[in-house]
Parts: sequence; structure tokens; C-alpha cells
Amino acid sequence: MIRRLILAATTALLLAAPADVQAQSKELLLFNWTNYMPPALLKRFEAETGIKVTLDTYDTNESMLAKLQAGGSGYDLVVPTGPTVKQMIHDGLLLKSDVQSMPNYKNIRAPFDKPEFDPAREYSAPYMWGTTGIAYDTAIAKEKLTDSWKEIFEPRPEFAGKLAMLSDMGEVFAAAAFYLGFDRCTDNPEQGQAILELLQRQKPAVKVYSASGTVDRMASGEVAMHQAWNGAFHRAQAKRATLAYIYPREGTNLWADNFVIPKGARNIDNAKLFINFMLDPKNAGEASNFTGYNNTITGSEALLTDALKADAAVNTPANMMGRLNLSRECPKTNLDLREKVWTRLQR
Amino acid sequence: MKPALRRAVLLGPATLWIGLFLVLPLTLMAYVSTLERGPSGGVLWDRHSADAYLQFLFERDLMDRLVLNTDYLHIFARSILLAGVTTLLTLAVGFPTALWMAFQSERLRLVLVFVVTVPFWTNILVRNYAWMLILRTGGTLDWLLTALHLPGPPLEILYTPWATGIGLTYSFLPYMILPIFVSLEKIDRRLIEAAYDLGADRWRVLARVILPLTAPGLAGGAILVFIPGLGAFISPELLGGAKSMMIGGLIQQQFGQSRNWPFGAALAFVLLAMVLLALWAHALRYRRERADE
Amino acid sequence: MRADALWRFPGARSVALAAVAFLYLPIVVLVLLSFSDGDSLAEWSGVSLRWYREVFDNADMQRAIRNSLVVACTATLLATVAATMAALVLARGQFRGKRAMEALLGLPLVVPEIVGGIAILMFFVLVGIRLGIVSIVLAHTVFVTPFAYLPIRARLDGLNPAFAEAAADLYAGPVRAFLRVTLPLIWPGIAAGAMLAFIGSLGDVVVSYFVSGPGATTLPVYIFSMVRMGVTPMVNAVSSLLLFISLALLTVSYLLGRRYASN
Repeated sequence: MIRRLILAATTALLLAAPADVQAQSKELLLFNWTNYMPPALLKRFEAETGIKVTLDTYDTNESMLAKLQAGGSGYDLVVPTGPTVKQMIHDGLLLKSDVQSMPNYKNIRAPFDKPEFDPAREYSAPYMWGTTGIAYDTAIAKEKLTDSWKEIFEPRPEFAGKLAMLSDMGEVFAAAAFYLGFDRCTDNPEQGQAILELLQRQKPAVKVYSASGTVDRMASGEVAMHQAWNGAFHRAQAKRATLAYIYPREGTNLWADNFVIPKGARNIDNAKLFINFMLDPKNAGEASNFTGYNNTITGSEALLTDALKADAAVNTPANMMGRLNLSRECPKTNLDLREKVWTRLQR
Repeated sequence: MKPALRRAVLLGPATLWIGLFLVLPLTLMAYVSTLERGPSGGVLWDRHSADAYLQFLFERDLMDRLVLNTDYLHIFARSILLAGVTTLLTLAVGFPTALWMAFQSERLRLVLVFVVTVPFWTNILVRNYAWMLILRTGGTLDWLLTALHLPGPPLEILYTPWATGIGLTYSFLPYMILPIFVSLEKIDRRLIEAAYDLGADRWRVLARVILPLTAPGLAGGAILVFIPGLGAFISPELLGGAKSMMIGGLIQQQFGQSRNWPFGAALAFVLLAMVLLALWAHALRYRRERADE
Repeated sequence: MRADALWRFPGARSVALAAVAFLYLPIVVLVLLSFSDGDSLAEWSGVSLRWYREVFDNADMQRAIRNSLVVACTATLLATVAATMAALVLARGQFRGKRAMEALLGLPLVVPEIVGGIAILMFFVLVGIRLGIVSIVLAHTVFVTPFAYLPIRARLDGLNPAFAEAAADLYAGPVRAFLRVTLPLIWPGIAAGAMLAFIGSLGDVVVSYFVSGPGATTLPVYIFSMVRMGVTPMVNAVSSLLLFISLALLTVSYLLGRRYASN
């Protein structure tokens, strides 16, 4: 009823609004994370195909989703993380992109060719992947740290008051769940309580909860320990060589971002062209060198900078692979629990 | 033109605009707050529920009983306190500043208004970042204190409520100074001269003549500072270190990470109701005072 | 002079000067650091224009700056005209519904930006208004209208209504009376209102964050989303640039205002 009222009330306005411009075949509207694609690469794509790329950026999956929720945002290509891809498929927000039939599909490295969120790669193509771990300054540590989440949740005195956590309730909750040996998607209230108590005990030692400016915060020495994404660590370490990265032995988060075509896209062919372009080893390698994150394309390894090749935080060694848990979509009951924990932690 | 028609034509654009692009959206939001949340974010358009409002005060315990939950009340109380403190701080700094500005020569007054407004041509985010650079350990302020040979341990201001307070006061100071300045500027100078002639001293003139005549400006400034202060979430997040949640952050969280639109909408309306109540109380008092005269 | 001394209140001057220093401290720090050569946001390592060059090499940032200016100018113009018209009616006379109209004009101030931004986004999406420059202008105009309205109204309230009445007698039509008498008198109010509106639009993060669409990222939104990979000192440079541009604009409007007033 109200919807109809609103519709009626704005009919006049809609009539006054400019008519949709006819789909232009030489354009691509890309919606990506900030600083997540080298401008030079986009320029090369434009030069090779004559398609003009317009890039807009976002900072969380949720803010991107808010715009796409009802479809028709106008973007041709967006880059959500795995669980969000699954949710978008479920909500009918995506168009099939037939990645399997693309010439460069063969370059996708296992297991990224058959991810749990889109097993047949009908809707999505992989871009970067990364892990969430502990970055710390070895110059501050009095002795070598163990490879456990304990180091950040029950920090040694030299790190108390000098550590930062990501202000992302999913990441913080998951890390605490890994440490306590719970399922990261737990909806058990007692486990939730245990996680809350752990975080409350840790809080006095936390200097800041923030997922922004992490590179600078680590590189400048403002904090000596950070729950961090590995690409951010890589970039910070380039400026502060004493930083080290821990893959916690209790397990940690492996996430992967993917290209998808949302419903309402008008330049679908261009979007597919771009996806295929990005599955080329040369281009994927160039993107990795820019972002500091690893990609999923066979043949790109040789093209990485020496610093990236040598960084075990980015080039995960085989013996660490077992510690990585691909992030997955948690049930609503878990969302409610972790929100309750997060709110009470910050109340 | 008939007065009524003239009024309608002149008022039309502003009211239609606000009606169409604010009142209507808010109505939609009010409707959303009565809906059931969708399984993966969004809402179910045809399922109504009072859950969103219940969640503000209650939670379900393990036995599925409703029990009181004060988490959200805490967050609201903290936001009100912070907005109040910010208002008082801007008032303490803003009133003397406006007072001094208002009694300068006309040319200087114009320049001063210019000077006060310039900092606000930089972006609010950037201003908060700038404060981060200044307040952080080893930042500009630390460096300055060391250069002046002032002893003391490294500064630990950033990521404390102090930093949030500084950021908010900074952000809203001109919104306090300008309305007070406009009120002060309008005061008929002869009233003040008359007061002096009648034997009042400086402080009596200030308290009995200037202050009452500036009341609209003070009230306007207080409203301009207090209300955005309630909803602020950039300063608490960047300067406060996101350790203590404010209403703005809580609402944003509902539409973001928590994907609970109905609860977010309900929180927004609780906040809006509080603001309207405060304004209404203020208007009532103002009217009674005028009736008493 | 006796009068001069009487207008002085002990302490006011010191507070005012301290306030100005407080207001300028971050600006000065920001501008200085924008000329730093270093990679870090906060550290000083030699003078260079490196970050300014990066801004000029960055097409996205330039587009964001352009979008911000287009939006701010359009929204300011629309809001100031609408607010002036409304203020003319609301400052004079009593009529039914006046109080409600005043409340409506004040509403955008009362609605927290985050609430308004989300509500407007839901609304746009629901009725099918495409997100883009137009949607940002629509939303900004709503939120800056009270900023434009308040100073104009304050100015009108301070005017002696006899002026307008005399003008109405002197000149034939209400339009001419307005242009010849009222407009010059309330010009400072209009200028102040437009300035506040412009500031409001240019600095807005929250509303734009929600209602921007393809190709319509504004500068604050661009900066706000530079988070996953960290902020570079380019932000210092672009903010300083914006400050310089604004200063230039302000100076022009100030000079124009003076010329108008002296005519």
C-alpha cells in the first residue's frame, strides 16, 4: 500500500527525470574495492579494446550490497567476497557470466575453479585472495612469539596497549572462535559468552579497533601488533622491515574476492571481456604486484615482484595451507550472536 | 497576486523538495521499522513485526523469555552525554569568540567571519585525519612539546574519549560561533549604551542585556551542535578508536555488517523522537517565556 | 573613545585568538604535510610536490573532485533560491500552517545524516531513480536547504518591515520591490546561507556515501573508501588543493559581496 502511494507520489518526478540513455557499447562501469586495481592496467584494457572503464570504489561488501539490493544500480561489474557472492546468487542479484566458457578459464588455479560459493563458476570469476593473521614488530618482541592467536588475545606485556584489531565484527569474532576452538559460524550462546569474555579481557590492551589505514599504522610503528590482512602486511613490511606475519595454528580466515555481473548491468559483453582479460596471467600478475595480494591464475607466479615471491605471508607455504579456512556464509543465528557480542563489547 | 497564492508559490519549491525527498523517504523508513527482517539482509515487505522495537530494550534469553537488555540504552546515554559536553565546550569557546568578533569594526567583522569559515572548506573526514596526525603518539603535538623541551611521557590522547571530544568540538565550533555572532551583531548598540548610562557595570550589561538578546543565537547554535553531535560517527570511529559505540555507529552497523534494516530503522526513529522531544520542550519554554513578558 | 572601551570584555579576545589558532592548527599541519616527500601520512622527509603530481596523474581523483564541485554548486544554487523564497514568506505575517512549514524546513537539520542517507537510498531504489550525480544533487539539496534558510531568515527578521512596505509603495510590482530593496538588504544573509550550503554539500560524506552511483563518486566518498589499502599522503595534497580552490572561491564571493553592498 505504502509502496503504491510512494510510487504514485513520485510519478511526476519520474516523468521529469531524464530518459535512460541508450546502452553504450563502448563503456564499462566497474565497482571495486578502493586501490584494488592498478590504474595502468585499466588504461591498457581501454587501449586494447576501446572500451572506456569508469571506476567507482567501496570499502565494505555491505555498503556495495546496499546499493545493489534492489537491482538496477547501473554497475556492470562488482567484486564481492565469497560469502557475499553466495548471498547475492541466493537473492537473485546476479547474472550468469559463463566464466567456464571463457578462453582464459583454464588459467584458474585449483581450488579456486570450484569454490563452495559458486561450484560451477556460473556467476563469478576469481580476483585476489588473502588471509587474516597477526602482524607484529619483531623489534618490540622480547622473545620469539608463538604461532597462536593467544599472542594477540592475551598479549605479552610489551604489546599491551600497542595492539590493534580490525573493526570488522566478522573477522574479530572468527579469530576469537578459532582461538577458543569453536566453529566460526557458531550460534551457541555459551560459546558466544566465552568469546565475549575473551574480547572483554583483551580490550584494555587494545589501542584501536580499525580496518582502515592499517598499512600506515603498522609502518609508522603507531602500533606494534595488528590483526591484519596479508596484503596490508606486505605493504607495511616494505616500509618497516622488522614486521613479521603469523598464520595462527588454530586456523584462520582465507577470503577470496570475485568478479560478478549484477542484474541491471547494461554492458554485459564488455564485462565478460574484462573478466577474461583479468584471467590472463600477465594482467593478474600486474594486479598482484599492485595490491600486495595473491591471485588465482596459473602462470602469473613468474611475473610477481621478487618481494612478493619471497613473502611467505602472501605466497603461503604449503605447510601453512592446512591452517586456512575458506570464509563461508554463516547462518542468521550466527550473525545475531556475533552482533550481540560486538555490541556488548563496545557498549 | 493573492497573498495565499503568493505564499504557496514562494513556499512551494522548498517544501515540496523536502516533502518529496525527505518526508516520504522517512515514511518509508518508518514502514520498514515495522517489518520483519529478510533472511539475508533487506526486509520482507509483507510481514509485519514489532521485533525491531522490542530489541531496543529486551533480548530473548536461553528460555526464549524477554529479559531487559541495557546495551542499547548505554550507547544512547553515552551519545547524549558526548553531544551535551560538545555543546558546552563549543559554547564556552564560541560565545567569547563571537562576542569579540561582533564588536570589531565592520570591515574586520567581515574578515573574521571569513577566517572562521575557512577551516570548514576542508572535508570533515580530512579534518579528522588531520587531528589523528596531530594527536597520535609521536605526532605533531608530541613533536611540538618535545621541541619546546616540555618534559613528559609520550602523548596517549588519540583513541581516547578526549580525542573524540576534541574532534567533535572542532567540527562543530563554527556552527556555534556564527549564529551567536549574527544575534550579537543585530543588537541595537543604543540598548547597551543606555544600560551603561543607567549605571550598569560591564558584567551586568553582559548578563542582563547582551545575553538575553543573544538567546536565539545561543539556542540556534546549541541545536546546530547538539543534534549532529548525537548522530556523529566519524569522529568516534577515527579519533575514539571505535572502542565505545555511539548511536550513529550503531545505526550504521545495522544497515551494514548486521544487515538488520528494521532494527536500524527503529533505532533511527528512537533517535529522531528524542531530538523532536527536546526541540518541542525548548519551543514550549521559549513560548512560555514570551507569554510571561 | 568611551564607547570603544565599553564594547570590550576582558578575556574575550584571548579566547577568540585561541579559538582561531585551534581552528587553523589541523589545516596548517595538513598543508605542510602535503608538501612532504615521504611515503608515510605523518612523517616529514623533505619538500616536494610529489603528491600533487600524483593527484594530477590520478584520473579517478580528478573525476571525484569535479563531481564534488558540480554537486555542491548545483545543490547550493537550488537550495539558496528555494530557501530565500520560503524565508520571504515565513519572515512576515501569520498564517495557518506557518509553524508546520517552519518545522518542515528545519527537518533536514534534525534528521541525522545517517538516517536521512539510508532512507533516501531506500526510496530512490524503490521508485527507480537511477543513482548518479542527479540523485546526489537531489539529496544534498534537501540537507543544505536549512543551512541556506537560517541566515536568510535571521537577516529578514532583523529588518524593519517598514522598508518592504515603503518599497511596495515606491515600486510597481513585488518583484521590483524585492530586487531593489529587499534583496540588497538581505544579501549578506543570502551570501552566508549559500556559503554554509556549499560547505555542507562539499563536506558531506554520509549522505553521498549512500546515494552515489556509477561514475558519480564525490571526493569525500572517494577518500572514505580509500581504506582497505590504507590512505596515502595524496589525501593531504588533494585536501590542500580543495582548500586552495575554496579559498579562491570564497575570496571572489567576498569581493563580489562587497561590490554589491557598496552599489
